[in-house]
Amino acid sequence: MAKSAKKSAPARKAPAKAPAKTPARKPAAKAPARVAEVHDTPAAVVGAEPHRNLRERGTPLIEMRDISIAFGGIKAVDHATVDLYPGEVVGLLGHNGAGKSTLIKVLSGAYKRDAGQIFINGSEVNIDNPRDAKALGIETIYQTLALADNVDAAANLYLGRELKTGFGTLDDVAMEAECRKVMHRLNPNFRRFKEPVSKLSGGQRQSVAIARAIHFNARILIMDEPTAALGPQETAQVGELIKQLKAEGIGIFLISHDLHDVFDLADRVAVMKNGKVVGTAHTSNVSHDDVLGMIIAGKCPPGAMPGPGAMREAA
Amino acid sequence: MSNSSDVSSNPALQNEGPVKRFFRATEIDERLLGMVAALLLIWCAFDIASGIMRGNFGGLLGGSFLTPRNLWTLLVQTSSIAIMSTGMVLLIVMRQLDLSIGSMLSLVAVAGAVLQVFELVPILGVGHPAIWPLAVLFMLAIGACVGALNGWLTAYLKIPAFIVTLGGLLAYSGLAFYLAKGETVAPMDKTYEIFGGGIPISWLGPFWSWTLALVACAAIIFGIVNGRRQRQRFKFPLRPMWAEIFLALVGSSIVLGVTNVMNSYPWPFKLIENYAKANGVTIPAGVENKDGTAVCMAGEQVVRCTEGLIYYTGYSVPVILTLLVGLVMTFLATRTQFGRYVYAIGGNPEAAELAGINTKWMTVKVFALMGFLVGISSIVSSARLNAATNALGGLNELYVIAATVIGGTSLAGGVGTIYGAMLGALLMQSIISGMSLLNLPAAFQNIVVGVVLVLAVWLDQLYSRRVK
Ligand SMILES: Nc1ncnc2c1ncn2[C@@H]1O[C@H](COP(=O)(O)OP(=O)(O)OP(=O)(O)O)[C@@H](O)[C@H]1O
Ligand SMILES: [Mg+2]
Repeated sequence: MAKSAKKSAPARKAPAKAPAKTPARKPAAKAPARVAEVHDTPAAVVGAEPHRNLRERGTPLIEMRDISIAFGGIKAVDHATVDLYPGEVVGLLGHNGAGKSTLIKVLSGAYKRDAGQIFINGSEVNIDNPRDAKALGIETIYQTLALADNVDAAANLYLGRELKTGFGTLDDVAMEAECRKVMHRLNPNFRRFKEPVSKLSGGQRQSVAIARAIHFNARILIMDEPTAALGPQETAQVGELIKQLKAEGIGIFLISHDLHDVFDLADRVAVMKNGKVVGTAHTSNVSHDDVLGMIIAGKCPPGAMPGPGAMREAA
Repeated sequence: MSNSSDVSSNPALQNEGPVKRFFRATEIDERLLGMVAALLLIWCAFDIASGIMRGNFGGLLGGSFLTPRNLWTLLVQTSSIAIMSTGMVLLIVMRQLDLSIGSMLSLVAVAGAVLQVFELVPILGVGHPAIWPLAVLFMLAIGACVGALNGWLTAYLKIPAFIVTLGGLLAYSGLAFYLAKGETVAPMDKTYEIFGGGIPISWLGPFWSWTLALVACAAIIFGIVNGRRQRQRFKFPLRPMWAEIFLALVGSSIVLGVTNVMNSYPWPFKLIENYAKANGVTIPAGVENKDGTAVCMAGEQVVRCTEGLIYYTGYSVPVILTLLVGLVMTFLATRTQFGRYVYAIGGNPEAAELAGINTKWMTVKVFALMGFLVGISSIVSSARLNAATNALGGLNELYVIAATVIGGTSLAGGVGTIYGAMLGALLMQSIISGMSLLNLPAAFQNIVVGVVLVLAVWLDQLYSRRVK
């Protein structure tokens, strides 16, 4: 199953005529106008402490630098710095409430950061709301899925960028047709195209959320526990999908509590604890136990680059 | 079309009962059917009751309710509430509420009347052709602006709509009182009066009513055929052929039936006489019959008779306006991005915001649309009364919300239809009219409407629980 999925054209390329009609193509054209005139030297991007593999790769696709956000006294994210390169999967790990979702919600425009900067390809960008993020090619699968429960799968897939007929009305049939194609790839057993998504199972809802994120030619994909509700077959398919998207040069932040999945898919991991980054490491340089130590105890192993959240004696 | 794409061939659907299969095949909303049934039941009950209480008046069941005259009046009386209920649906679907529309209606009507009577007439002269369009545009504009103000306070200053519009309820009616100085502002421009449906030129007459009905039937059939083509083109499951034909027949029959009733309501006796005299139409001679609706000459006397000069009203302007509003609002709600956003926001406001929808701006737009519709209703109401007072819209907000909720709109948001709310308005007005037909004290009307509202929501809850 997974293999055949890999051979077929990627889902995000499926809508041959869709991109021209939707604002999906806009990000690339719009991005230069939106970015501020701040350019950093590669050294500044990597940070004070040079790290082997990172330097050679040049400017990251995304850098979130010194991001802080608090909710009424709780520092949900505290001076966190993470980056992501094109074609790279970075696994974001941490205990419940560590601040992973909050950090990526800053990137997706759902939350406004209290402090910190976001750079895309080395230029600082302003992300004040979800529209800004989408215009920059950042697509997100939220942990809570964020679906409009009372409308059907196609309406959710195209929510915010509906296909229209020549008269400016909704082109529901075209949207349904596209939706059938995308959903067929993600979840071949899916039939309930006419039902509001509130009537779907958790996994079916998750498939709809995934379809929405991958359908619009994202440059950066944020996946917050994308397979939490999926069965083994669907999970494997999402894994294949991630590999395909990665091969196309898309950068992916993957939040997951499943270490096996993360080690299988991610190039690097970034571990958070109590809002702070414990450290980042290449998955090839650390073991499962090393990462578990980072998550549970905040101990940064030798193969990892420590962050502000690392325990002193470990660093 | 290949058999495999037929809904009925889906194995999962084979073993359901004939009733369920009927509803699934025709895609008729069971709630809609329930409401229509309730409406017919109420109509029949009133007709029978009025027949028993007041003797035979020639209604379908022996009473005075199911007569062309009463049904015609019922539709005209429903117009104002029905128009506003279409906007309230969108607001409630979006998890908002507007309690200020009654006061807003008074305010807009008074402002429009003051403009006509005290500003435009002195400058332009009585009956100047520019008066009515200026008044109409002015009133629609104020309605939309006041609505937008409600929306802005709600969306951008984050004051709950309940509070904003409760404040509006008080403030706008105060403003209306101030503008009218507590008096009745009248009379309206003669052409403007057409919107009220109370004068002969605001009646379409049988010819145009039938023409309109045929156009509507053609549109229904075109819609069904076109929908089927579209689905065929994309190889989607189709409704069975019998269901399509059934829907076309039912839709057309309703249109033709209603038109027939409208076209059977004759002009009032005095108006026929006046019209004939004014336009030099000769009134034929005939035999007097006190129960007749036609006009004839018995010697020198103009009398009622069964055969003679007669004109029929057909649809009146406010009813046509209401149907038009219903059509446009249904289109807006179901076929446009705007409508899609309204429902998505109601379903999950955070998700809508995360999907990139500007929910605040949408809130302002929907409140402004509500205000615009209040503008239309205030035109209809003040034209019908041929006057404006600061009490014109009294309690209208509650009637509109009741109609909307009776029509199946959920206060939890995300669910509701335009046609449901309009039917809800008709149902409520039927109760009010029916009770005044039976000469029941006015106090009873509100008691019954209140009970019906609660009952309707309770039944709806029972229904939803059973479906889930
Ligand atoms: N909207 C909010 N208002 C107040 N506090 C919040 C809000 N969102 C998150 N928090 C708090 O911020 C902290 C980080 O939450 P976050 O959702 O980012 O955790 P997480 O790492 O994604 O956890 P999980 O693995 O359980 O998803 C928690 O203490 C949480 O209570
Ligand atoms: Mg989370």
